[in-house]
Amino acid sequence: MTSMTIAKGVNNGLRAAMERDPKVVLMGEDIGKLGGVFRVTDGLQKDFGEDRVIDTPLAEAGIVGTAIGMALRGYRPVVEIQFDGFIYPAFDHIVSQVAKMRARSLGKVRLPMVIRIPVGGGIGAVEHHSESNEAYFAHTAGLKVVCCSNAEDAYWMIQQAIESDDPVLFYEPKRRYWDKSEVDVSAAPRELLKAQVVREGADATLVAYGPMVKTCLQAAEAAAGEGKDLEVIDLRSLSPLDLDTVASSVEKTGRTVVVHEASTFLGMGAEIAAALQQRCFYHLEAPVLRVGGYNLPYPPSKLEEEFLPDLDRVLDAVDRSLAF
Amino acid sequence: MSDNAVAGVSTGPAEDDVLAELTAPVPEVGDGGPEMVQLLTPEGQRVENTEYDHYLDGLTDEDLRGFYRDLVLIRRVDAEATALQRQGELGIWASLLGQEAAQVGSGRALRPQDYAFPTYREHGVAWCRGVNPLNLLGLFRGVNHGGWDPNEKNFHLYTIVIGAQTLHATGYAMGVQRDGAVGTGDPDRDTAVIAYFGDGASAQGDVNEAFVYAAVNNAPVVFFCQNNQWAISEPNERQTRIPLYQRARGFGFPGVRVDGNDVLAVYAVATQALNAARSGQGPTFIEAYTYRMGAHTTSDDPTKYRVSAEVEVWKHRDPIERLKSCLVHQAKADQGFFDAVDGEADELAAQVREGCLTMPDPTGDSMFDHVYVEPHPVVEAERREFAEYHAGFATEGGH
Ligand SMILES: Cc1ncc(C[n+]2csc(CCOP(=O)(O)OP(=O)(O)O)c2C)c(N)n1
Ligand SMILES: [Mg+2]
Repeated sequence: MTSMTIAKGVNNGLRAAMERDPKVVLMGEDIGKLGGVFRVTDGLQKDFGEDRVIDTPLAEAGIVGTAIGMALRGYRPVVEIQFDGFIYPAFDHIVSQVAKMRARSLGKVRLPMVIRIPVGGGIGAVEHHSESNEAYFAHTAGLKVVCCSNAEDAYWMIQQAIESDDPVLFYEPKRRYWDKSEVDVSAAPRELLKAQVVREGADATLVAYGPMVKTCLQAAEAAAGEGKDLEVIDLRSLSPLDLDTVASSVEKTGRTVVVHEASTFLGMGAEIAAALQQRCFYHLEAPVLRVGGYNLPYPPSKLEEEFLPDLDRVLDAVDRSLAF
Repeated sequence: MSDNAVAGVSTGPAEDDVLAELTAPVPEVGDGGPEMVQLLTPEGQRVENTEYDHYLDGLTDEDLRGFYRDLVLIRRVDAEATALQRQGELGIWASLLGQEAAQVGSGRALRPQDYAFPTYREHGVAWCRGVNPLNLLGLFRGVNHGGWDPNEKNFHLYTIVIGAQTLHATGYAMGVQRDGAVGTGDPDRDTAVIAYFGDGASAQGDVNEAFVYAAVNNAPVVFFCQNNQWAISEPNERQTRIPLYQRARGFGFPGVRVDGNDVLAVYAVATQALNAARSGQGPTFIEAYTYRMGAHTTSDDPTKYRVSAEVEVWKHRDPIERLKSCLVHQAKADQGFFDAVDGEADELAAQVREGCLTMPDPTGDSMFDHVYVEPHPVVEAERREFAEYHAGFATEGGH
């Protein structure tokens, strides 16, 4: 076991993947000498050279578009998008090309590429640096979408994403980049697309991913002090969704609150609520509740604490669920 | 923007980095080459230029002193903002240090009816347009996304998504065309649009599409690229194989490289291009060859990717020093004037500081304002929910 930050977990995972497979190449803005604005690729260009760690021109459509070409040529590109809000110039390539290439080629072509995106708010940034856009991509067939919440997952999930023969959007919770946790680099990793029960409980289930896992764990801790026993699930994979894990928890507790930073309207919570009411209708003691960002443009940073879900808003929803 | 967002991470160079730098060969630092329009040498000597000199004819000594004042004041505001960020009063700041002349020279060439589309670094242009510096600080303090009315000063909001504003400027210029506000010969009516962007932005699809749109529409827009040599950590070579101004030719309009640290040259070249736009001759690309003296933003650590020897070379090309030498050589300003400007700068900085420290925080419910023009049921429902939730805290004390 070693203790490391999430940023270091991804960094070490990238390094391991690059050592294992010479076809793994990294592409992105400022990922070379600078090591990325979050230092996630720190030291990799020095060790693997400029051919494998490519400082791209400042053009996201170009980054993803050329990564597609590299993948067609047999490489496994891992693309870094500098901030969540800068993925949109590449949206067309991701949705129209990356997602559809497999189907269009009748299975003749595979695009084993990973698009890494630091996601979410809470860092006091200016506009476009705090977005949670995972639902756009989870909505798109042909893409896998995953999100790590701790260093161990960061380390393993990035390697598994790189090994995936399908394209993966890999979300990294930027406000948690410097949180440290234990990583066992020798143990067998959890499956990439499986959710994990990160705290067991009997009264209600909190479902979260990425940055909100920590918030939910804190909420569960606080609730325990008030005699409420909350289960917390880290989804890890958003598409596909591991509904089995979520449903078996909900069948036990009967109450669910889904928590994410993204706006609730047509977000991951909406999908989970719909799926659960179909699957666990007779087990539900209360409607599935959602706590998320309001349905607004991400506000100026002075207001982000009020915009984003926090421990209190999670507990408020838990109370409403329990009171139902 | 970019925000090297490595909060709390050590940023100083490690010892071996320092050693490596000491032994590294001094990099070749471009001087813009013979194609570059320069009217003042770095030493402040006036260079004759038959093509551009006459654009300075209308400038009085007072105008020249005004340029100097602009340069000094905006640099002082910028330094104050950097200090405020260091003291935790701003989330981040993108310094214009070194780029004052490019911004003031072009900003002062604009007429009131012209319209400017900035990036996030155009504090000097904002100043020339009469935007209160405190409005700029509000954005970086996280109080708003840029709290000025773009149509009041014809200065659009800062655009952080790289390159997007070049298309907006082009479309705006197409509107100007359709309004018949081009080529009438009426100096108060004919209108030009100017789009600011960086060397890094020149790689974006949007920017290249803007060139195409401007060209085929013969739009009255000036593309003003501040080539400050760096896009965060990436040097020009990562974005282009030819000098940027030469790109324009391929799109079908003129491109010119100007010494971006020479306020007179920038003023002359911008005036020519804006005149061309207003009179119906279409777009021009200006590459203002300059240098980002500071970090990309206050969260950046340039020691990771560039050597200080390069910065040293550019210190000798300082835009303020060169205008000052010129004013002194030509006896157009005396020490009393320079002292007065410095005094004014200190006063302005104090005002900016005071204004920043007393800037009210936005109230939570203001997030629900202005999302749509017309009332929207989801927004209104959440506004009520938000109010009830917070009222609940007041009565129950919350959790
Ligand atoms: C679409 C997009 N991608 C990435 C970024 C992050 N970013 C902000 S500034 C910057 C570099 C810009 O360089 P340049 O255009 O030369 O302007 P400068 O900062 O030097 O003024 C980058 C990559 C962004 N703001 N928008
Ligand atoms: Mg630049």
